[in-house]
Amino acid sequence: MSLHRTAATPGMEREHGLALLRQMLLIRRFEEKSAELYSAGKIRGFLHLYIGEEAIAVGVMQALAPEDAVIATYREHGQALARGLSAGKIMAEMYGKANGCSRGRGGSMHLFDAKLRFFGGYAIVAGGLPIAVGLALADKMRERRAVTACFFGDGAVAEGEFHESLNLAALWRLPLLFLCENNLYGMGTPLAQSESQTDIHLKAQNYNMAAEAVDGMDVLAVEAATQRALAQVRRGDGPYFLELRTYRYRAHSMSDPELYRSKEEVAEWRRRDPIALFDAYLRKESLLNDAELKTLEADVANDVDWAVAEAEKGDWEAVADLERDVYASPAA
Amino acid sequence: MTYREAVRDAMREAMRADPRVFLMGEDVGKYGGAFAVSHGLLAEFGPERIRDTPLSESTFVGAGIGAALGGMRPIVEIMTVNFSLLALDQIVNNAATLRHMSGGQFGVPLLVRMATGGGRQLAAQHSHSLEGWYAHIPGIKVATPATVADARGLLLAALKEADPVLLFEHATLYPMEGESEDGTPMEFGRAALRRAGRDVSLITYGGALGKTERAAALLAEQGIDAEVIDLRSLRPLDTEMILTSVSHTHRAVIIEEAWRSGGFAAEVSARIMEGAFDALDAPVARVCGAEVPMPYAQALEQAALPQSETIVKAVQELF
Repeated sequence: MSLHRTAATPGMEREHGLALLRQMLLIRRFEEKSAELYSAGKIRGFLHLYIGEEAIAVGVMQALAPEDAVIATYREHGQALARGLSAGKIMAEMYGKANGCSRGRGGSMHLFDAKLRFFGGYAIVAGGLPIAVGLALADKMRERRAVTACFFGDGAVAEGEFHESLNLAALWRLPLLFLCENNLYGMGTPLAQSESQTDIHLKAQNYNMAAEAVDGMDVLAVEAATQRALAQVRRGDGPYFLELRTYRYRAHSMSDPELYRSKEEVAEWRRRDPIALFDAYLRKESLLNDAELKTLEADVANDVDWAVAEAEKGDWEAVADLERDVYASPAA
Repeated sequence: MTYREAVRDAMREAMRADPRVFLMGEDVGKYGGAFAVSHGLLAEFGPERIRDTPLSESTFVGAGIGAALGGMRPIVEIMTVNFSLLALDQIVNNAATLRHMSGGQFGVPLLVRMATGGGRQLAAQHSHSLEGWYAHIPGIKVATPATVADARGLLLAALKEADPVLLFEHATLYPMEGESEDGTPMEFGRAALRRAGRDVSLITYGGALGKTERAAALLAEQGIDAEVIDLRSLRPLDTEMILTSVSHTHRAVIIEEAWRSGGFAAEVSARIMEGAFDALDAPVARVCGAEVPMPYAQALEQAALPQSETIVKAVQELF
């Protein structure tokens, strides 16, 4: 398996490569810590881990600009971290503390950050796609060069809103990048049991949209595909659809006993761990050695520890403030 | 002018004043609107700002939410409340929740207009009155203009709101003639006193106002002086005006087309009980839609809806 080489000067390539690796490691270690904290009762409700899918969030986010908009699903910690939301604010949010990115009102599934144009965090499968259409429409109508990047899973493909949104985005030639994270399962239902056509990107092509399938375990391939797609979208040529093929190593959520897939299948996919793959690539290109990796891991561990400390020290919102932020100003 | 013209006028005025305002929905452009409300607007504002959408209620309402998040001031027309059910997820799970769920970071300044109500023999799937259902949801606002002036004024007031507003236009009101301004202040959330009275408070909204006012006239002939309150918005609800009224009339009848069980009249009744229990000389009464899917045959449909006569009868039973 060969990885796409980015054309760059060796110095830039190394710096860039290490940045990609660090980001993926941050997501991985953050998610592992979150799982621990969930079992300890610090994080509650639902927790959907991104472990195994890191190459997608990191590869895509690298290619996006600050003025672009990002919208994702309830499995959005990876996207949030890669977009630049503070790990501390995310952790505090999952604790339910007032210093969380959503003041503790949202939890794991509803991370938002207005400054970073990170528009959430949605618990209804495919519920964010129509909003993405609107964000892209607003940018187009206001003649802003921004692109809206909309993440969703293979499960969303079955929902009516998927079809409506692809149709409308193509019809109105909206600056929208559809990013389907195909991890082969919609909770416990394998893709082949849900879709008559499992080549998801072909569905997008049927909406007259540029679309391709990408190896979602290869961060450089993801990055390159995103850059290709964005170039077209930014030219005003309409939306683009990337089907990013990936796998989640953990269960759908912390309450999923994983009865629907074999340990052998998981192990098979583990052999294509995006972090291990990229680590191997960097070493092969002499861009990484053991000492450097150790430093990276130590940095990341510090970041995660800091995030937990931020969450631990945060305050709970006063119950007296329960009814704030339902409306812009208190209403009857 | 007519109610329909008042709605059009308000949209035109808003679009001229603010380039962020635009209209999208099914057949709002070339067709001129299913109820001819947007007739002529495409010619003035062009297809970017008067956008015809495919039959994709969920996605064009969601797109309205996204466009509002992205800095526009969209007006989404859902042809009727009956089709809004396809967009229920976007309205209830997204529009209503985004401000709160994001810890106050985002607001959704979206206006959704829909035709509503029965009485035109359109049968069970085209005759709903679901304003009360929507008024149940924290995070959205619900307006129900019943006069020509309010059709204009409430729409303009809704466009100033930082939160999602659902505006319900009873389909039988579109051809109604009236004054475009009637002096009622257009503060969102204030009910209107349509007729001052001493003996009973008739509380209603939207398409039922006309029948309620006719009932008041009939009651006056019988020596009963009815006060008529037009709620104008169901959320926020002007509880203060309701309680003030009942505190001096001591009797209340709530009139709405929606089905009786779990209808909005039950909410108003509960608030009266909570806030004016000692003022009541009789139980609060309700005149509502009969608990049937709306039938097609004319006599059956009319029997299923509140009428002036049934309102009069309900009042008489309180004395």
